[in-house]
Amino acid sequence: MLYREVGQFKVSYAADQAIFPIVQDRWLMLAALAAAYLVIPAVGSEYWLLTIMIPFLVYALAALGLNLLTGYAGQVSLGTGGFMAVGAFATYKLTTLFPGLNIILVLLLAGVIAALVGTLFGFPSLRIKGFYLAVATLAAQFFLIWMFNKFPWFYNYSASGVISAPPRAVFGQVYVTGAEADPRAKYLFVLTVVVLLALAAKGLVRGRVGRAWMAIRDMDVAAEIIGIRPLRTKLLAFALSSFYCGIAGAMWAFIYTSAVEASAFEIERSFQILFMIIIGGLGSILGSFLGAAFIVLLPIFLDNAPRLAGFEIPVNLVTNLQSMVFGALIVFFLIVEPNGLARLWAIGKEKLRLWPFPH
Amino acid sequence: MKRIGDPVLTADRITLAFGGITALSEISVEIRHHEILAMIGPNGAGKTSMLNVINGFYHPQAGTITWKGETRQRMRPYHAAAQGIARTFQNVALFRGMTTLDNIMTGRLLRMRRNFLWQAIHFGPAEKEELAHRARVERIIDFLEIQAIRKTPVGRLPYGLQKRVELGRALAMEPELLLLDEPMAGMNVEEKEDMCRFILDINDEFGTTIVLIEHDMGVVMDISDRVIVLDYGRKIADGPPSQVRASPEVIAAYLGEPHEDESPVAPPMPRRAVAT
Amino acid sequence: MDALAAIFLTPLANMWSNPEFLLEVVIGGLLAGVMYSLVALGFVLIYKASGVFNFAQGTMVLFAALTFVGLLERGVPIWGAFVIATAVMVLLAVAIERLMLRPLVNQEQIILFMATIGLAFLLDGFGQLVWGSDVHPLDIGIPKAPLIIGGVLINEFDLVAAAVAGSLVAALALFFQHTAVGRALRAVADDHQAAQSVGIPLRSIWVIVWSVAGVVGLVAGIMWGSKLGVQFSISLVALKALPVLILGGFTSVPGAIIGGLIVGVGEKVAEVFWGPAFGGAIEDWFAYALALVFLLFRPHGLFGERIIERV
Repeated sequence: MLYREVGQFKVSYAADQAIFPIVQDRWLMLAALAAAYLVIPAVGSEYWLLTIMIPFLVYALAALGLNLLTGYAGQVSLGTGGFMAVGAFATYKLTTLFPGLNIILVLLLAGVIAALVGTLFGFPSLRIKGFYLAVATLAAQFFLIWMFNKFPWFYNYSASGVISAPPRAVFGQVYVTGAEADPRAKYLFVLTVVVLLALAAKGLVRGRVGRAWMAIRDMDVAAEIIGIRPLRTKLLAFALSSFYCGIAGAMWAFIYTSAVEASAFEIERSFQILFMIIIGGLGSILGSFLGAAFIVLLPIFLDNAPRLAGFEIPVNLVTNLQSMVFGALIVFFLIVEPNGLARLWAIGKEKLRLWPFPH
Repeated sequence: MKRIGDPVLTADRITLAFGGITALSEISVEIRHHEILAMIGPNGAGKTSMLNVINGFYHPQAGTITWKGETRQRMRPYHAAAQGIARTFQNVALFRGMTTLDNIMTGRLLRMRRNFLWQAIHFGPAEKEELAHRARVERIIDFLEIQAIRKTPVGRLPYGLQKRVELGRALAMEPELLLLDEPMAGMNVEEKEDMCRFILDINDEFGTTIVLIEHDMGVVMDISDRVIVLDYGRKIADGPPSQVRASPEVIAAYLGEPHEDESPVAPPMPRRAVAT
Repeated sequence: MDALAAIFLTPLANMWSNPEFLLEVVIGGLLAGVMYSLVALGFVLIYKASGVFNFAQGTMVLFAALTFVGLLERGVPIWGAFVIATAVMVLLAVAIERLMLRPLVNQEQIILFMATIGLAFLLDGFGQLVWGSDVHPLDIGIPKAPLIIGGVLINEFDLVAAAVAGSLVAALALFFQHTAVGRALRAVADDHQAAQSVGIPLRSIWVIVWSVAGVVGLVAGIMWGSKLGVQFSISLVALKALPVLILGGFTSVPGAIIGGLIVGVGEKVAEVFWGPAFGGAIEDWFAYALALVFLLFRPHGLFGERIIERV
């Protein structure tokens, strides 16, 4: 009834290839963006903005980065945390060395540095595949974290070893990092960065680059015979993925936690982001967001649900229960819908097109 | 009358061995411009291996290939693709995660130039390029009569249609030489007729030289200009269909007379599902 | 200049000038490597027979050790605790087969791998829920005295560990080669469908394999627990087993042993002789770097099977 494409004829290839070919989808997306930009900053409390929306967006960006590499290009990577750390520390060094440089520029440069590091660690992917590649990326992960902990140059020889993010403004007096920053400014800044990068990702995956990645993922032997150059394609995936993860890491350190520490990017972080894309859906931009939302909201839900249901769970049990629910949910998802929430969403839309008719 | 030209690809004394098994023994083949060349022979004779050598997937231990005037012993597959050689596979090597349209579009990747930054922005040169290639691909889709399955993920298509999509992907590369590995395996009579029609049209309209491996003798006799017969990695006949059909060696190979001078080692069985 | 000397000259000079010390480090590394091999063994078993890369192996080791130590703390005698812990691991294997392997039977390897990651979280939370998250010291009477053999300092504990690992491997090798069940396991490892078509019950085989891996994990857990105390960091040892598997190949029992030895020696030698040049703690990543270098030359490990892609 509501969700029909009757009467929506495409008369050009361009229309056929639009991101949201169905008009109702387009309205939905515009509404979501409007809500994100107008409604949430207006009604959202500081708590909401700082501890739910901002981490959600940052996680979504990192998940997007990993999805490009693992979901689209098929290269399993457990080094996400390490690349995020590169972004965070690169931002720190750049902004302390050049305090006058605008934070946007600093972020972009940090992303490029992360991309270069990612490319370096991506070279083995030509010879190594599957699990073996995952283990090779573990080398990157452990090495990078060790490096950031070991060499004081990275944290400017600070005595305490704990560095806080210096305050930086986007333009004029609008601070987005540091203690003085308005949560709404922070939120809008992160939102804009993520929206722009998500659009760019969409552009990549529906064009030449995305197709080459998916060809490599599905059958890299056949891809070579079409004329795809495997090393270049894989390295591009590593580079772009690390670019996204680097910026996510920078925003994590500078805007979310306001502290630059290697311990925030350990192997657990890599697994967390991997879960997001598994649950959200491999090879799906929407899936990265859904997975991030799921994993950000789940602990909050688990924290509050017992209370709402009327009983208390002792604090020391909560973490363990969370682990268990987490693990069980992952197995459950993989059994029920290995393609993740994004696929469930797509199935839902299919059903909605027919509603209220059964078929 | 079709004009068959000079040789475009010459394989000279190709020898290919895997461990102790010799797949190809000193095979020399000439492929002439604009012809349809059929390669036949019993299972394990080395036909697929020969195609694999031509398009760079296997590297022979001895022998050379001359393509477009350049002689070399080994070539990477993407060089072969860039130089105008396309192929299809016995086991349908399509990208299962993508739709028909996307699969055929991957055939255009060689000709897409816009780098990833333009792709990220999408609007502008990247989009123009994309739409131009889309138009070409749609023509191929029309030619192969697969409009209805444009947006279907190929994993869901029946085998016969998958083979057609794979042919479409090869055509999208605008090849000068098209290598088809059992393009009609597992098809019924009507599908085979369609496929034959496509092959002949491709040869006619686009002037593509075609090499095909095929088991159906009716098809081979009907559409090919020349036939090469392989057995145990050796070439045992080479000529027009009528001549090859009457050759005693070929008859012996197919009906299985014992070869006294052959090695007792069995040739490797190509690993594929048995086509019924 | 100093740094270059520290990397290329000093370690070699140190090794050369004090060969007994080098020998000590090597032997210490070998014995540490044996401990890694114990964990890697569980991986190999499961991968060989069900094609699943069991990321939860480390957590299974921890879980088994927690159960064992928990029973000991409640006064159960050692052998009783061992039997009960074994039974628990068998039950776990049954549950895993029923609830996780069966529904996912036709999925790709990567999906199963990710499912085992979920399993790891589940077991982790469950184990700590039941037995608590403190460190549990474990002492079942394994001697820990240092010995001096031929001028080299060796810990008695490490020798016992090596002996245990050796007998376990021998027992497993005999099991695989000479029993009907072992033959069935090898058939399943080779080709699931073919094995089924000769009547081998896939499900029972999987339960057997996961149980055996569980028991191997129990033994590994007891050894590691005696050494370090039973605590969460044991499950991280599993991550160390990954380079071991890379070196040794995912499907080879002798490979797991040799891989473990190489990683153990490599790590120790690198840490002792090259560590100071880098500020220490290169054990964190050395094993992975070693595995990475190895992979570049032999993408399937020392003993792993070469997968030939046919088109």
